[in-house]
This record gives sequence, C-alpha cells and structure tokens, in this order.
Amino acid sequence: MFIKTIKKIYFITLKDLKTYYLKPPLISWGIIMPLALVFAFYLKNPKGIREIIPGLIGMVILFGSTSMEGVVITFEKRVGTLERLLLAPVRKSSLLLGKMLSGVIFGFLMGILFLIISLFIFDLNTNKIIVTLILMFFSATSFASLGMFVASSVREVFEAMTLFNFFRFPMIFICGVFMPLESMPGIIKYIAWFLPLTYSVDGLRNSLLNEAGLFSFGFNLFMLIFFTVFFFLLSIFTFKRRLVLEY
Amino acid sequence: MNNIAVEVLDLAKCYGKFWALKGISFSVRKGEIFGFLGPNGAGKTTTLRIITGLSKPSRGEAFVLNHSVTRDEIWVKQHIGVVPEVSNLYPELSVFDNLIFIGQLYDLPLKRRIFRAEKLLKEFALYEKRNILFSKLSKGMKRKLTIAASLMHEPEVLFLDEPTTGLDVLSSRNLRNLIKKLNQNGTTIFLTTHNIREADELCNRIAIIVNGEIIAIDSPQNLKDKTPSHNLLLIRVDKVTENLKEKLLNLKGVKGVIQENSLFRIQSDEINSILSSIFKLFNEEKIKIDSINTSSPSLEDAFVYLTGLDLEIMKIDKEIK
Repeated sequence: MFIKTIKKIYFITLKDLKTYYLKPPLISWGIIMPLALVFAFYLKNPKGIREIIPGLIGMVILFGSTSMEGVVITFEKRVGTLERLLLAPVRKSSLLLGKMLSGVIFGFLMGILFLIISLFIFDLNTNKIIVTLILMFFSATSFASLGMFVASSVREVFEAMTLFNFFRFPMIFICGVFMPLESMPGIIKYIAWFLPLTYSVDGLRNSLLNEAGLFSFGFNLFMLIFFTVFFFLLSIFTFKRRLVLEY
Repeated sequence: MNNIAVEVLDLAKCYGKFWALKGISFSVRKGEIFGFLGPNGAGKTTTLRIITGLSKPSRGEAFVLNHSVTRDEIWVKQHIGVVPEVSNLYPELSVFDNLIFIGQLYDLPLKRRIFRAEKLLKEFALYEKRNILFSKLSKGMKRKLTIAASLMHEPEVLFLDEPTTGLDVLSSRNLRNLIKKLNQNGTTIFLTTHNIREADELCNRIAIIVNGEIIAIDSPQNLKDKTPSHNLLLIRVDKVTENLKEKLLNLKGVKGVIQENSLFRIQSDEINSILSSIFKLFNEEKIKIDSINTSSPSLEDAFVYLTGLDLEIMKIDKEIK
C-alpha cells in the first residue's frame, strides 16, 4: 500500500514536471530573472554583489518552486483535469504531495543552477557545500508547501497569482535577501521570523559567506522543516474544505 | 445484495438552503444499463458525484459493489470508471501518454499499461492518433479517448455523465453503439442523460429525477405502459403558425402537446371530443392536415405524463466549456 502510494505521488510529480515545468519558457525565465537581478545590483555596487548571492539563491528557489505550482491547481480545476485526479484512487494528501514535489524539484534545480553559476563567478565558500544543498532543498520544500497552501485556498488562477505576489514580494524585502535582517526596523524583524525565506537566507549566508548568522544551521533547518510540514497540513485542510465548497 | 452494483439510500445534498437532492433511494443491478433521466438541474450530476466519491452527501449513503463510498472511497474509485460531462484529459499530453498516466494512477504494471493503452486505442479507432496531443483531437475523438481512459483499469461499473452532449449525430450514434458493446462485455453502466431517446434506446431501466426527487423507476417499456395508449393523437401539418403549440394546449380537453417540427403529439382523455376543436383551430389558422393517427406512447410521452413537465425543458443542453 505504502509503495503504491509513493509510486502514485511519483507519477503525479513526473507528469507535472513534464507538462508544466520543464518547458523552455519557464526554464529560461528561471535563469534570466535572477541573472538580470544580479546584473542590476552589480551595476549599482560591483563590490557588494557577493554579499547578496545567498539571498538571491533563496529568492530563485522561492520563485522556482512557487511560480508554476500556484497556477497548476487552479488551472487544472478550470480545465477539469483536477477532477480526473480526484476520481482516481489517489488520496488527496498524495495528490497534493505529488504536485508540491514538482515545485520542490524545479525550485531546487533552479537554485543549483544559480549556485553553480555563482561559484564560477564569485568567491564563495565551498567547504559547507553539503550544508548549502540541504538548506536549499528544505528551502524549496518550505516554499513549495507555502505555495500549495496558497493554491489550495483559492478558486481562480488570478486569485492565486495575486495572493502569491502578496506573499512573495514582501518576503524578498523583509527576509534579508538584499539587507541583513539585523538592519531591519523592529516590527519587520519580528514579522520576518514567521516567514521561511528568513531561515533560508540566514542559513545560506552562513554556509556560503562564512558569516555568523542570526541562527544556527540546526535551527534554520528545523524551521524550514517546520514550515514545510505546517503549510502542507494546512493545504490539505484548505484543499478538502474547498472541495466541499466547490462540489 | 450480491446482484447489486450500486445502491443509494436516502441520499440528500444541500447547498446552503437549496436541497439539490431530497433523499433519493434506488439500486442498479449488475450487468444492466441504468439510466438516470431528468432535466438539467434535476440532481443527476450531484448524485453521480456523490456515488463516485467526488462529493459528500448531506444525508444518506451510497454503496458501490457493497462498499460504502464514504468509508471505502479509494476501494470504490479503484473499481469504477467515470466519464465526466466534460472530456477532461490532459491537453498537453499525447493520446497515448494520457492513457499511460491514467494507468499509473490505477496501479497498472508497466507492461499492462502499455498493453491496455494500445488495445483501447485500437478498439476506439484512435491508434493512428496516439502521438497527437489531446488538445488537437476533435470533440468526438476527445469523448472517445475520455471513455477509453476510464476503461484502462477494466472497471466493473462505468459511470457516464451526459456522454453525447455536444456531439454530432454520427459521433453520438457511434458512442451509443460503443456503450451497448461495453455492456455486452459485462460492464454495468450508469448513464445520466437528459436525452430521452438515448435513454430509451440504451437503458434496461430508467430512474426519472426531477427537482432532486425520483418520480419513477422502471424499464422503458413499463414506463410507456403507464401512459394510457388510447390518449395520443399524432397530427402532421403542412405548416406551423405562430404559437400553434400554445393554442393547441389551450384547447379544452388537451392535456399535453409535444411538437417535433410539423408533427404534434397531443395527449387527451377525450380524443373524440377534442377533434372538432382541433379542426376548427386549423381552419382558422389555414393549416392543412397531412396525416392524423392515434399512437402508442413513447418514452417522451411517458416522461411528460409522469412528470407533468414540458418536454422543451429536456432539450436544453448545458453549456459545455
């Protein structure tokens, strides 16, 4: 039974990667957007660009793991293919996990691609590369999980996009991507504690720049796993609730 | 109990203050084609969604092959096939890949998946199209592939929701032949439709549902027999003037009028006494009678007789995306 469930999750993930994610426009957007940002910051401050690379990696993973995920569920609802999945002998949690994992894989791969490019260009610490990869992976799971919660809470594609931007853009500015968290005003600092990108960026700064972060690797990892589980459980609840409302 | 494929007990569904289903009960025998006939909004799709595990009932219970839909949801889904009203396979996947993906969801081993997909594509005359994207198929082909997909795991019970809606005459006829063939091969068919002739042609038994309540359940012949046969008058006219149907309905003694182009099926308890007023009306309207007959009732007559509804309501198709 367990093996069968794992296989179904795998097939849903594989199908979503094939049909939605691994398409040239999405891949090129995933690469071009962060490179354009790096270039823009490089023009402004060539010496300070290295300092924001961990934040940009976190941001790449955030956008990579959520950009398509939010649209997929609402889009599939609209064209009726979600009903096809709901009619199949698949648990709703497996269905959501399959869809979430495709976002995780895409976000993680985009992050790795950006990391490889950054390692060639900038002098980054490679001694903690395993720690970096672990943090990147769980960053992807926490962001995708947050994305799944947003996607399962709404009915229409435009609602998903609006809600995503409501979460993503403030996160970029208050979670330490461009400015260290320590330099943020008090209230914003406290809000940042409730957002997964904070722990992703803090951990990546520590592993890639060898900076003493606000939190330890263990705490950052714990928080990312906590957000993954918390938002995933929340998305199962909201998804089931929405199905009751819509059917 | 072993001969029962689907059993529904006191099923009710409430949306806010609106009761879409008001406590319906019926059973479907194994091996039969069971028709669920009613106008749009009668509660057909709601019933189907509850039986197939897509929706939860507000009250009552549904069983498929003796398993509770709410308690054994995954088991039930593994043993049924569902063809929704909208052909809902993946537009971005090819014809073949769509079937393979469905096979994966139903735990079919790799070799079995490929074998079943190829077999079904050949049976449904879609093998030549196997590498074409689903989105590129015609409406009829999409419908056929959606049915093929629901048969990948060889379900014991197949649910079809308005299978011919939106299809042309030829595709509809082919699809009806296909449904008959599937049933001959042992699949129990549960068919929801608002097409009375389709139900008459295909179904062993029919449940008529109106406003969330079942009005009658019987074989098409028994339903027809419930309509008194001496009460039907068939008149074909040379032309149809404005509001002719309404004028006929307003004649004293006329209980119902079904119009099919220039043919009027008039129901009355006193045929002889209404003839003179019909002739008088036709004279006034300068209408010539081409033919006049009495007839045994059709399922359409039975539907009108049993439900008291105007047949026009059954001709309204739902908007298909």
